Amino acid sequence: MTQIKSKKLRGILLGAGFVAIAAFVFTGCPGQQRMLDTGDAAQKVYVAPGEHDEYYGFFSGGYSGQLSVWGLPSARFLKVIPVFSQDPETGYGYSEETKPLFNTSYGFIPWDDSHHPHISQTDGDADGRWIFINANNTPRIARIDLVTFETKEILELPNTGGNHASSFVTSNTEYVIGGTRFSIPYEQDLDVPIDSYSDEFRGALSFIKVDENSGKMDLEFQIVVPPYNYDLGRAGKGPSADWVFFTTYNTEEAHTMLEVNASRNDKDFIAAVNWRKAAELVANGHGKTAPGEYYHNYYEGNQGYAISEQKNGVTILDTREIDEDFIYYLPTPKSPHGVDVDPTGEYIVGGGKLATVIPVHSFSRMLQAIEDGAVVERIDGIPVLDYDATIAGEVENPGLGPLHTEFDGRGYAYTSVYISSEIVKWSLETFEVVDRIDAYYSIGHLMITGGDTKNPDARYMVGLTKTAKDRYLPTGPKQNHPAQLYDISGDRMELLLDFPTIGEPHYAQAIRADLIKDNVAQIYEMEDNDHPHALRRIADNRVERDGNVVRVFMGSTRSHFRPDNIEGIRVGDTVYFHLTNLEQEWDVVHGIAIKGAQNSEILVAPGQTKTMKWEPNRTGIYPFYCTAFCSALHQEMQGYVRVSAADSDVPLTWRTGTN
Amino acid sequence: MNWKSRILMGVGALMLIGLYFQPFWTISMTAPQYPEGIGMYIHIDDVTGHNRHDLQSINTLNRYIGMSEIHKEDFPEFVVMPWIIGFMILFGLLAAATGSVKLVLTWIGLMILLGIVGLVDFYMWGHDYGHNLNPDAPIKVPGMSYQPPLLGCKQLLNINACSWPYIGSIYIGLSMVFGAGAVWINKKRQY
Repeated sequence: MTQIKSKKLRGILLGAGFVAIAAFVFTGCPGQQRMLDTGDAAQKVYVAPGEHDEYYGFFSGGYSGQLSVWGLPSARFLKVIPVFSQDPETGYGYSEETKPLFNTSYGFIPWDDSHHPHISQTDGDADGRWIFINANNTPRIARIDLVTFETKEILELPNTGGNHASSFVTSNTEYVIGGTRFSIPYEQDLDVPIDSYSDEFRGALSFIKVDENSGKMDLEFQIVVPPYNYDLGRAGKGPSADWVFFTTYNTEEAHTMLEVNASRNDKDFIAAVNWRKAAELVANGHGKTAPGEYYHNYYEGNQGYAISEQKNGVTILDTREIDEDFIYYLPTPKSPHGVDVDPTGEYIVGGGKLATVIPVHSFSRMLQAIEDGAVVERIDGIPVLDYDATIAGEVENPGLGPLHTEFDGRGYAYTSVYISSEIVKWSLETFEVVDRIDAYYSIGHLMITGGDTKNPDARYMVGLTKTAKDRYLPTGPKQNHPAQLYDISGDRMELLLDFPTIGEPHYAQAIRADLIKDNVAQIYEMEDNDHPHALRRIADNRVERDGNVVRVFMGSTRSHFRPDNIEGIRVGDTVYFHLTNLEQEWDVVHGIAIKGAQNSEILVAPGQTKTMKWEPNRTGIYPFYCTAFCSALHQEMQGYVRVSAADSDVPLTWRTGTN
Repeated sequence: MNWKSRILMGVGALMLIGLYFQPFWTISMTAPQYPEGIGMYIHIDDVTGHNRHDLQSINTLNRYIGMSEIHKEDFPEFVVMPWIIGFMILFGLLAAATGSVKLVLTWIGLMILLGIVGLVDFYMWGHDYGHNLNPDAPIKVPGMSYQPPLLGCKQLLNINACSWPYIGSIYIGLSMVFGAGAVWINKKRQY
């Protein structure tokens, strides 16, 4: 017994030793990361003080729910744009104007998980007008305006579980897409046993029409598909511009222990959707209307309160009921994550996260296969095409766990590889790996400047990695997610920079700064301020009472509020501070906070009107002040509100300037 | 005067029309917080910002040192000046039409006089704004006044203010050069 034990122990020790040696051999010494000579790398990322970066980078916030903005190549952090999560820093989601953006058919939801930002496109190239981003948890899509860098619209997707295959746009931003990651019963609120999965659960692929002038979204139709997990999506470009591709996994239709049960099949599918044909079918009345409650939250006009429009009913195309083929399954190994279309629109690259190769489908071969009827079976009416008929090549030896691919437009593709924590560069001509470089550590998506467009401007690549471990000064058991910047302008990828990010960036986008920066607003024009409670002239400042509702029409300029002394507020009142920042000068921001408010501060940009709600519950004197260091006498920018008992008869008065 | 001189004088007078479209003076200011600069243009009938909202910002800032707000309505000059320039255009045209050297010389004399009066008036306004400060001003620097320079640059606290003629003044200058040229050519022909 003892002997066996000691043998086992020896074996374990020996094994551990081998692992240690192997780890050393394969990873090398810590100093051996491949990068340019430090001086050269520093020079490539150095942007002198006061100079601007060449690119805007937009990194999703992941579980922060937001979108962060970076300058590349310096990796200067520029801003967090709040999208799906309340942001007490700016008052986003706390101000009366922004609260309606969080309304859903499940109520007010102050958080979500934002994954894949995508910039609007014209003719397959990013045009810098808007950026879309998806919410994975309570399925939604947001549109952010790149003039003000503010979230302008949030659309809920009904009958969808986990909007992960989103928010990718077609090449002229005709549509932005959504997709079910977690199939659920398509029938709204259906209460069924979980193990009725294969019978009752369905996936939904959403096609959201984007107004070409305003950017406003409209859920045009959903395609109801078999109950797989629809993971990522991408629109085609050029010859394939009328198509959208989605990856699927869990074609096993598992509903428990997916890590095992959804990893059994050798091949899952890429779903190729001819969106133009689908839209035609809808236009010609082939769709039907299904119940589906959802909210559409947006602004009308320049300023004011976001509007929450409650909608019900969605047009669906159910593949089981429609005779015409508009969606095809391309068998793809194995639980693919990314589905990425090369700049020519010909190659569709699957990122089979458990596959030993990177499969590359050919769009022209796919069309040929469809024409030839190379269909091996039909699933719920969807033709499954023959793998050999659509595949153009398989990239051998790509590392372990290929995920997501972007392109440089010079004939190469770059695939992130999670398990072996590296990026592989391979040729779209020979389908052979030509270079590989380490990622620190465990890379998810990667992003090449313009790498998902028709004309990649492929100077830099960013790897979005999942664990920092020892890369930076340690900051506790949970550290921020890293990103690495690589120079890909030469034959070999070279590491330039490694920097921590905000939240968990799942995907990112970059666009040449000159496409955006000249359009960025410096102020909100007071003249165009159409907020119903704006203070257009400082002399009009006032306080109005209507029952228990008190509205303070307040103005701010450096360095005072008008009014700044208010009396006659009573316990039980609901007080709205409508603060208009009357400044018309770039970056001169005023804020307001009042003692005891169960709310955040409100930050108000020049020319903007924002509203803070306050329900005083105790009598007394309440100081309020400007939270932004706006001017030399910022510290003097304050005021008082007197709160009297509910039955008090202190008259409502307000004043400024007479002590 | 000969035709050439008359035409020269006529064109010179008409050049003043440009003053109705372009400012003739600029005051530009830079400060650490204003890398992009901020400033005012002075027209014959208006004062405007270099950028759309500069005047508002200047008034906001000037409050700190107690300087009066700058409003177009406070300057009677803006009512009078368009008429005076109009008069000078007509006068110049009359001089050209009659070909009277005397009239041309009178015109030039009036223009010079107007220039001097204008500069003196500008100086007095600057002096008034710079010295006549609200005693309740938050920022009071003993002995400090904020008169902008008449011509050239001057550091006023954190602000470097520069005052220069602008495009309209080129019209004035050219107009006078043309007038003088008319007399000069006429004179040359006489010999």
